[in-house]
Amino acid sequence: MSGRKRTLEAISFELVMTVIAVIALVIIIAPSLVVLIVSFTSGFSLRFPPPGYSLRWYVELWNAWQLHFAAKNSLIVALWATGLSVGLGVAAALAISRSRALSARLLDSLFMSPLVLPALAFGLAALMLFSLVGLPVSPLTLVIGHTVVCVPYVVRNTVAALAQLEPTLLESSAVLGASRLYTFRRIVLPLIRPGIIAGAFIAFMSSFDNVPVSLFLRDAATDMLPIRMWQDLEGKLDVTIAALSGVLIIATVALVAIMERVTGLSRRLTN
Amino acid sequence: MGVAPAARDVTSYGMGLAAPLALFFLVFFVAPLLQLFWLSLHNDTAGLHWGLGQYLHFLTDPFSLGVLGSTLLLGAEVTAVCLVLGFPIAWLYQRVGPKLQTIIILIVLLPLLTSVVVRTFAWIVILGRQGIINATLQSLGIIDTPLKLLYTQFGVVIALAQVQMPLMTLPLITALGRIDPNLDDASCSLGAGSWRTFFRIVLPLSLPGIIAGCTLTYAAAITAFITQSLVGGGQMLFMPMYLYQQASTLQNWPFAAAISIIFLLAVLAVVSVFTTLGRMSRGYGGAG
Repeated sequence: MSGRKRTLEAISFELVMTVIAVIALVIIIAPSLVVLIVSFTSGFSLRFPPPGYSLRWYVELWNAWQLHFAAKNSLIVALWATGLSVGLGVAAALAISRSRALSARLLDSLFMSPLVLPALAFGLAALMLFSLVGLPVSPLTLVIGHTVVCVPYVVRNTVAALAQLEPTLLESSAVLGASRLYTFRRIVLPLIRPGIIAGAFIAFMSSFDNVPVSLFLRDAATDMLPIRMWQDLEGKLDVTIAALSGVLIIATVALVAIMERVTGLSRRLTN
Repeated sequence: MGVAPAARDVTSYGMGLAAPLALFFLVFFVAPLLQLFWLSLHNDTAGLHWGLGQYLHFLTDPFSLGVLGSTLLLGAEVTAVCLVLGFPIAWLYQRVGPKLQTIIILIVLLPLLTSVVVRTFAWIVILGRQGIINATLQSLGIIDTPLKLLYTQFGVVIALAQVQMPLMTLPLITALGRIDPNLDDASCSLGAGSWRTFFRIVLPLSLPGIIAGCTLTYAAAITAFITQSLVGGGQMLFMPMYLYQQASTLQNWPFAAAISIIFLLAVLAVVSVFTTLGRMSRGYGGAG
């Protein structure tokens, strides 16, 4: 009797948990699917399901030069910010990863703090400082601002990769007479490269998608894609934005698939 | 004759390598924040007269306090929804094979990397007057006139919960993966049911993950400018938009600076409460 009771009890538990999990997964994935479907509408509104299907909004997107301009700016800033983040972040990660010193832990907290502090407050602060020293907003100020909020991803992923590195490998290399630079190039770098790439990828995506910092540090000449999209949506619900969203969703899926192959992204983010 | 300095540790690098980033942060992160604080301590927009006027204005103004309160409440609601929906995902992840695990992770990960404007835009399509929910309910004959879902607190919470869900789920998956599966079996063979095992064993042991997830979700939800303003619309005002209006539209920089500092302190207070809880739970959970 008690065995049977326990089974029913176990079944009720597993059923509830599984049902909630599936609902949650559907809630996570559904919005992207909805946008993809709506972007192929033949109508003028965002009605779901669409009255018919066509590629007209993708054709419209082809001619939307304002969006092209903003996308180009966003891409350039994201590439520079990612490059700068990798250069500064990997060096810093090497310094702080194996150190137990208080200074290393303090620096680690400092480098991670942009992740929790409201980025909008930092954007305003950066604008105030740049205007105080007389530096006008430009692609340069955008790259600097984006680097501050993107570098934590590079530091975190590189530190995690370094933590998994066997110290004995470095010792053996040194015992066998290799210089530190040689050991770094031939042993350390190849082993931590997937971690660096994963961090750089997340940094790039978060720069490309950044709103709070760009909001203060750009002007009409340096329009950024997420802000252009946001302002278009505030005005009217444009179906062209749905087509652009479709492009961005497909690009993201493709990039994540590549990154999963190259760096094992999914395991990296759950360890 | 000394062999090369034996004390030299080849497994670590000098702190000097951190100098460039430290310098970069000092100039472009710490200095701006200090300047923000400095400006917030001035009573006039030109920044000539020292005083606590901006803070007094905020703290005695029911409207401003209301905005702060509703922002902090919004964060709590979103975090709660994310925890209730995110935990079963992490639980399911530990139960399925490697193939399904990868699929679950990728489903969780995709929204994290998809543009936040795109994700928010999707919710406008879903919650709008002609959106999926209203269209479905109307075609089923449950309602005659469309429900107002967009520009409501409910809409903002559900949209933010979806947008921030990965931040909750990923640490939970990590935490659950560190729990010894034998504990589960032991609890069951000692006669505890699945529900009891879950609430008495699994949940307490995953506290470090829960706290990490809550911290990230909360901090992200209250600063999510785009989702708050597009799904919330003009009627609902939260701290980020309030700050932006004062700084950009009204050009009232000292007051905007004071709002920023108050907002920063509020976030820091919440994060440090979570961190303290995390430290306390570490002895309990054992899975730091």
